[in-house]
Order: sequence, then structure tokens, then C-alpha cells
Amino acid sequence: MLRFIVRRLLQLIPILLGLSILLFAWLRALPGGPALAALGERATPQRIAEYNEAFGLNEPVYVQYLKFLGRAVQLDFGTSARTGQSVTSEFFLRFPGTIELTLFAMAFAIGVGIPLGYLAAKKHGGFVDNASVIGSLLGVTIPVFFLAYLLRLVFAVELGWLPGSGRQDVRIDATHITNFYVLDGLLTREWDAAWDALTHLVLPGVALGTIPLAIIVRITRAAVLDVVNEDYVRTANAKGLATTTVRNRHVVRNALLPVSTTIGLQTGLLLSGAVLTETVFAFGGVGSALRQAISDRDYALLQGFILILAVVYVLVNLLVDVSYGLLDPRVRTR
Amino acid sequence: MSAPTAAPAAAPGGRRREKIDELAARAGALSAGAGGESLFRSAVRRLRRDPVAIIGAVIVVVFLVVAILAPFLAPRDPYAQTLLSEVRQGSIPGAREGFPLGVDQLGRDVLSRLIVGSRQSLVIGVVSTVLGAAVGMVLGILAGGLGGRVDTIVMRFVDILLSIPGLLMAISVSVLLGANQLSLMIAIAVTQVPVFARLLRGSMLVQRDSDYALAARALGVKRRKIVLGHVLPNSLSPVIVQATLSLATAIIEAAALSFLGLGDPDISRPEWGAMLASAQSVLSVRPELAVYPALCIIVVALGFTLLGESLREALDPKFRR
Repeated sequence: MLRFIVRRLLQLIPILLGLSILLFAWLRALPGGPALAALGERATPQRIAEYNEAFGLNEPVYVQYLKFLGRAVQLDFGTSARTGQSVTSEFFLRFPGTIELTLFAMAFAIGVGIPLGYLAAKKHGGFVDNASVIGSLLGVTIPVFFLAYLLRLVFAVELGWLPGSGRQDVRIDATHITNFYVLDGLLTREWDAAWDALTHLVLPGVALGTIPLAIIVRITRAAVLDVVNEDYVRTANAKGLATTTVRNRHVVRNALLPVSTTIGLQTGLLLSGAVLTETVFAFGGVGSALRQAISDRDYALLQGFILILAVVYVLVNLLVDVSYGLLDPRVRTR
Repeated sequence: MSAPTAAPAAAPGGRRREKIDELAARAGALSAGAGGESLFRSAVRRLRRDPVAIIGAVIVVVFLVVAILAPFLAPRDPYAQTLLSEVRQGSIPGAREGFPLGVDQLGRDVLSRLIVGSRQSLVIGVVSTVLGAAVGMVLGILAGGLGGRVDTIVMRFVDILLSIPGLLMAISVSVLLGANQLSLMIAIAVTQVPVFARLLRGSMLVQRDSDYALAARALGVKRRKIVLGHVLPNSLSPVIVQATLSLATAIIEAAALSFLGLGDPDISRPEWGAMLASAQSVLSVRPELAVYPALCIIVVALGFTLLGESLREALDPKFRR
């Protein structure tokens, strides 16, 4: 198992290097290049020349790349042209919100998706089955931000049941230790603050969770259908085991293997893909910042955020691979 | 999995890779083991009996006809702000005689804009898919046809592309090339490239080990001719399926990029994604303005998805009777 993990870690190196080269080249390929990225749109030619001199941009490209890499390893991606803050601190200020949102969305997707997928497979060809197949097709074709609009319009604007923007009511004077607002509320025993932060997660979480929900229903259904036809399930039934035992020990356990992979992968995607949902709900996580950076042409922030998010995505994938190795011993030897 | 799997070991991002390879291998198993009826004839036979495929095909055909004939079908000029004088703060004229779906916040006929907008979606979907598939296939042919060191280098590059989440990749490319139609299509195409490359490579690896390829090699046929004339044509079915599915993704992604302000800078041009994005500001006044273009996107994406999925099943030897 250790060898398996080490091998996976080693395979990560070329990918991370490749990523860094791509994003290094990306910033240089922009009209104006890194100086413009750092100084913003309205930089004068003279200031650009000064900047190029000061930051070694007149040196050979490979020297520049190595320096970039050196800074990237120390998580130094320069400063945001809009706020003047360091890109890294901007990122870590906002990332907890995105993590909370992702966890909520995945909890929703898993909590609804697995039982629904199981039911659909159990009643194969029945109403639940057909409805879930159609529903999961709709789930992947509906543009996420449209769903977010609708949810916001109905539940926040018209009915007023749930908050429709932000991470917490501005009137609440909450203490923030970790920037995970729900967790902060629990830690400081400010229950109303925690509850308020949680209600702010519901609408964006549901919108964000629909795609993983659709995929989880589909995979669970297919996996259960595969497993119930296996010989060992027939054997278990034939030797007279109780239905619940067969279900829990033989069917669900084996069917959940492919589902767990999907869950891991989708979590990785959501951490990076909340741009659309966060924008609609003005959520204040990483996604909203990316959206803002696109319209501000804040290239330093875009570069840093995209690089960090890609690394997070790769690491989550690695975690999925490793956990798959733990769950299913057959994978390790490949 | 009876067919040989092409991937060596999975690296990070590996599940997605493995899934692509699995699809390739499964499709590859079929032409090797098939006898009697030709592959495509039996696929067409099954498609014609599959109600899901028929629904998908009908949606796609209607969409194509509307898009191609759009200028003749649209009842009004999609650019003319006919009812602008009746648009007030907090009130936009709804459906009425001559305007079956009402007008938008600039007084333009919504139905005409939807009809003409279908063209943009078609162009974006087709161009970006063709572009992504073409580049991906060249990489796939290089990797799967030449093998060895070329394979390793190309696949490492593809793995790097796969390690960036699709939307982030599309955003980076769009920002780099500037907000316009062409860069939108290129951005979507770039996200498709690694999928097509891996798919074709996997499928070609399976074909390369087949008996007919061996026979051709034994007869002294040149490698280029074996790869391009024998292996490639037999490896194309998963690519065709993927292209159908990619059309759906491309249309949805185009809407997302438009929403993020990375679409066509000419916002007067009718396009579903842009219509949906601009409707946000008047959502509480007339939500229908968002609902109509969204429904168009959903239905068309659904059509291509249904068609693609049933095509996959029809081409899958597991379901062959």
C-alpha cells in the first residue's frame, strides 16, 4: 500500500510541473504580459519598463520560469491588481467558504442520490426508476446558473424562506476564527450566527449539488443493478440470508465502490467549479472572486487562483485514487 | 472487462482517464468479435427500434432545421426594438398578438430572437466540437499509431490538460484570447481535446492488437497504411459517440461562458446563453425571459445526449443481439 501511494505521488511531479509551465506561459502570452498583470490596465509604459527591470523580466525565459517556480512553491503569486492584497491571502480568506459550500452540496447530493439510485434499481423499470433516469438527464443538461436563478427567485425573492445572497447576514456580529462561518459559530457558541451561515448555504448548495446528484443517482443505480445479478448475491439469497443482511453486506457494500469514486471526483470539481453558482448568490467564495477577476482583468489573481485550484483538484484526485486502493485491494497491484 | 485496457497505471486525475479508456476498450472489443451483420447496419437497426434514440433524433433534426432556416422562420427582425416604447421600469410587455412570447427588456421579439439564436448555438456547438475532435484525434493518432516515446510524450501532455478542471481551462483560454465568438469556441474546444485524444488512442491500441492488423503487418503493408487505412476507421465509433455528447456539453458551456462575460461582445446578437445571462437583471419582472432560452438549451442538450447515449448502447457489443 505504501508503494502504491509513493508511486502515485511520484506521478504527480510531472503533472504539477506541466501545470506550472502552462500557467507561466499563459501570463506571458497575455497582451502586455506580467507587468500589465501586476500593475493593472492603466499602467504607463514607463512604469511597465521599471517593473520589468525590477522583477527580472528582461532575463532569459528559463531563469524567469525558475524564479516563478520558486515563488510558486512558497505560494507567492504576487498581489491582486484590484485589492492590492497578496493573491495567496485572498485565496485563503475565501477558500473556507467554497469548502463549506462544496461540503453542503455534496451532503445534499449523497443524501438524496444514493437512496434514490438504490430505490430506482430496486424497482427497475418502475415509476421511481424512470423518473430518476429522466431527472438525472435533466440534472446534467440544465445550466447551473439558470437553476440558481430559479431557486433564488422562488425561495429567496418571492417566498422569502431562505437568504439569497452572501454567506451571513451582515447584521449579525459574528466572530470569525477560521473563516468557516458555520464552524466559527459553533466554536464561539454563537448559535444564531452558525444557523444563519447554514441557511445561507442551502440555496447555493442545492443548485451546486444538482449535477453531482444526477451523476450519483445514475452511478448508484447502475452499480446496484450490476451487483444484484452477481453470483454471490444469488448464493447469499439461496442460502437463506435475511434480505436486509444481503442488502447491507453484499449489495450496498459492493455497489458503493464506484459511487465513492464519483463522490471524490465530483468534490474535486465542485471545489473549483463553483464560479457560476457563487456568482448568482454573490457568495463571497473563491468562485465569486474569479468572476470578479475576469471582469477586472486581474491577471495575477486569476493565475494564482487557477494554479492553486488545479493543484487542489489534482490532490483530491490523488486522495480518491488512494482511498480506492484502500477500499478495493485489487486496484493496488495495477 | 474482457478487452485489454490501454492505460498503464492511473495517475492523479486517473479515474477520469480510466473511464475514457474503458469506453474505448469496450467499443474496441466489438469489431474484433463481431461476425455476420456489419457493425453499423446492426447499430442502425437497433437505433430505429429504440424510442429514446428516436426522441433524441427528432429533437436534433428539428433543431437543425430551425437553425438552418432561421431567417425564414423568424416572424420579425430579431434586432428591431419594436416595442421599446412600452418597456417601463418594472414592466415588460408580455405575449400579445404578433408577439407570441412577448418582448425582452429592449422591446425585441423574443420568439424571433430564440429562432435566430439557435444558429449561434449550432455554430458554437459544431465548430468547437469539430475543432476539439480534430486536434484531439491528431494527438490520439500520433499516440496510438506511433506508440513508444511519442505515445508517452503526447499522453503526458494530455494528462496535464485533464488535470485542469474544464471550466477553469475554458476561462483561462477565453481570457487569453479576449472575449469574442471565436475565442469562446476555441476555449470550449480546448476542454474537449484531451478527451478525444485519450479516447481515440485507447481505441486504436485495442485495434492494433487485432488479428486483421497482424495479418496486414504480416503481408508487409506499410505502417502508415495500416494505421490510417485499417486501424483508424475501425477505432472511430467511440469518437462519434463522444462527438454527439460533446455537442450538448459545448452548448451548455457556451452559455456558462457568456454568463461570465466571456462570450460575444456584441450583446445585441441573439444567442441563447447571452439572452439567459442578460435576463438576470429583469428576473423578478419577467422570469420568462430567462426560462425560454434556458428551455431551448436544455431541450437541445437533452436531444444530443439522448442520441449520443443510445448510439453508445447501439454500438456496444454487450447489447448486440
